[in-house]
Amino acid sequence: MRLRLRLPADAAAKALGAEAVAAAVLREAAARGIEVELTRTGTRGMIWLEPLLEVETPEGRKGFGPLLPGEVAALFDVGFGDHPKALGLVEEIPWFAKQTRLTFARCGRIDPLSLVEYGADGGLAGLRRALGMTGEEIVAEVTESGLRGRGGAGFPTGIKWDTVRKAGGPRKYIVCNADEGDSGTFADRMLMEGDPFSLIEGMAIAGLGTGAETGFVYLRSEYPDAIAVMTRAVEIARGAGILGGDVLGSGRAFDMEIRVGAGAYVCGEETSLLNSLEGRRGVVRAKPPLPALEGAFGRPTVVNNVISLATVPVIFERGAAHYRDFGLGRSRGTIPLQIAGNVARGGLFETAFGMPLGEIVEEIGGGTRSGRPVKAVQVGGPLGAYFGPDRFDTPFGYEEFDGQGGLIGHAGLVVFDDSADMGQLARFAMEFCAVESCGKCTPCRIGAVRGVETIDRIRAGDAAAIPLLEDLCETMRDGSLCALGGFTPYPVLSALRLAPEDFAPEREAAE
Amino acid sequence: MPVHSPDTAEIDRIIAAHVHLEGPMLPILHALQAAFGHIPEASVTRIAEALNLGRAEVHGVISFYHDFRKAPAGARTLRICRAEACQAQGGAALEAAAQRLTGLGWGETSGDGRVTLEPVYCLGLCACGPAVQLDGTLHGRVDAARLDALLAEGAA
Ligand SMILES: Cc1cc2nc3c(=O)[nH]c(=O)nc-3n(C[C@H](O)[C@H](O)[C@H](O)COP(=O)(O)O)c2cc1C
Ligand code: SF4
Ligand code: FES
Repeated sequence: MRLRLRLPADAAAKALGAEAVAAAVLREAAARGIEVELTRTGTRGMIWLEPLLEVETPEGRKGFGPLLPGEVAALFDVGFGDHPKALGLVEEIPWFAKQTRLTFARCGRIDPLSLVEYGADGGLAGLRRALGMTGEEIVAEVTESGLRGRGGAGFPTGIKWDTVRKAGGPRKYIVCNADEGDSGTFADRMLMEGDPFSLIEGMAIAGLGTGAETGFVYLRSEYPDAIAVMTRAVEIARGAGILGGDVLGSGRAFDMEIRVGAGAYVCGEETSLLNSLEGRRGVVRAKPPLPALEGAFGRPTVVNNVISLATVPVIFERGAAHYRDFGLGRSRGTIPLQIAGNVARGGLFETAFGMPLGEIVEEIGGGTRSGRPVKAVQVGGPLGAYFGPDRFDTPFGYEEFDGQGGLIGHAGLVVFDDSADMGQLARFAMEFCAVESCGKCTPCRIGAVRGVETIDRIRAGDAAAIPLLEDLCETMRDGSLCALGGFTPYPVLSALRLAPEDFAPEREAAE
Repeated sequence: MPVHSPDTAEIDRIIAAHVHLEGPMLPILHALQAAFGHIPEASVTRIAEALNLGRAEVHGVISFYHDFRKAPAGARTLRICRAEACQAQGGAALEAAAQRLTGLGWGETSGDGRVTLEPVYCLGLCACGPAVQLDGTLHGRVDAARLDALLAEGAA
């Protein structure tokens, strides 16, 4: 009998030893004369269980993890049955079963580059439906769904598309923002490595809806695995007639290219990204003009995050109402939470908007990996605020976090235990802003450098510098062109509020 | 990373292979760096001519991005994630260990050209940090002992 196994080739699984496990599996099988079919997949997102090996059984896929190469032989000995690392049916693991997986429905289940598996699991149904609709109807469906941008700003996707649809001119573009620079985030990476066709399908639908025939994915250079998978997926999709001059035989054209970034955080900002794509320095552009009207190469352009675009196919497959019925308030649908940092059960957890922060951190994440109390959670990347346990009742939603002086950003959560030094983290936020500033505005370029100096003064014992820091933050907030300079005050001031004692010199003396 | 001495014919060949693209600059720079291990100074004039730009503009683009090197990196490149999620998992201790084990500061290459140490701000391994990338390969949950072992493995 042929043994059917699946093992992620996701970058995180590989970083935790998946390649050595794969080699051990093939070696053991060969030594025992057992025929195996080892399919490499994306990850299910349960990073704390990686490498997670799955075996197909009549009841479903059963998992084993986190697996060490040395444990593989024993797994063969027991015929993939009773083993200390046995997890049972993977989709019944409570952490997995509790999720609502719409955007990530296929990620970890399918061979990322198999169009057969993609199609058998709902793939292309959305694009086929969209091909029977007018551009106006397509955009209306997206608006109906309530989808908002998952890159950070939360702008309604349908409204953006409609601006591009109505813009004149012979040439328009769909630009996918895959720059994912925020610490604590990896949803874009996981999706591109685990289900690249869903992003391609979403971009094709965006093209049909707005009248754009060319797409670019601007993908950060720090993601070599995602670059390889996406590049291959585009070739396969083109070969299969999903991309090209005649999308699925419709007579409509849409094609796309992968473009690699060059290590600049600010290039995740959409106008900086467009400058970079055009081959310039990644300096932020003043708005107006909106990219929707004058974007890439001066043409009307949709700039959307990977998750925004990869969610579009499921909206068309199941209908806008199905998607919109999940969520809370003005945050509709699901959000792939990325639970990271010092956390017992870290990974990607897709759920409807509305889950309180404390439940995400303590129940889903299982608290800290170190076992010490949680001191702070940074939500929304390096420009996001630090939340202490006193704000754990905040429901996960755009307006809800805004109301607490924070932001959800790209939905990354970084958990810190009580050994975290909030003064040091505030200093890091200023330093990061100084290093990554595009240099266009003074409050950001100079202010961030002053911020580092001022925090050093405070930590050296000059308490009188605290109001200076607060003033500086106000200047940065009010005088910066984009959110890099404008939002760096969030982590700084929230750290100060949360743990003023960490800004006092005693701490260093105590260490 | 492969390192050859810059050869103008090869530079021109690389430029010509990408010049038809919309926005060819970054693809050209990436291809040059892949071929030479850095952006050879000699390529600035060639790019400027091919794209109809001033030399200063080409220089400005190259210097804006952290990825592009003016000189080749060491035989091995060690990149340590310094971003928040890795800091939350013991990143500071790993940063210190990396500097101690290599004897280098951030962005430095050892005198014998063996190792380059670089900071990186997030590798997307934030749920299994601290994360490092050694010669392109990613590793998660790395502590000082593990880093020492990884460096020893490749050096053998
Ligand atoms: C400094 C900075 C960095 C950003 N980085 C990213 C990023 O890496 N990925 C992303 O999708 N959006 C990023 N954004 C937000 C984009 O400017 C833009 O809002 C987004 O790509 C729009 O797509 P969406 O509506 O689908 O979210 C960043 C913004 C700023 C100010
Ligand atoms: S705030 Fe900073 S990064 Fe943003 S435009 Fe101004 S200088 Fe550039
Ligand atoms: S913060 Fe280190 S990998 Fe993301």
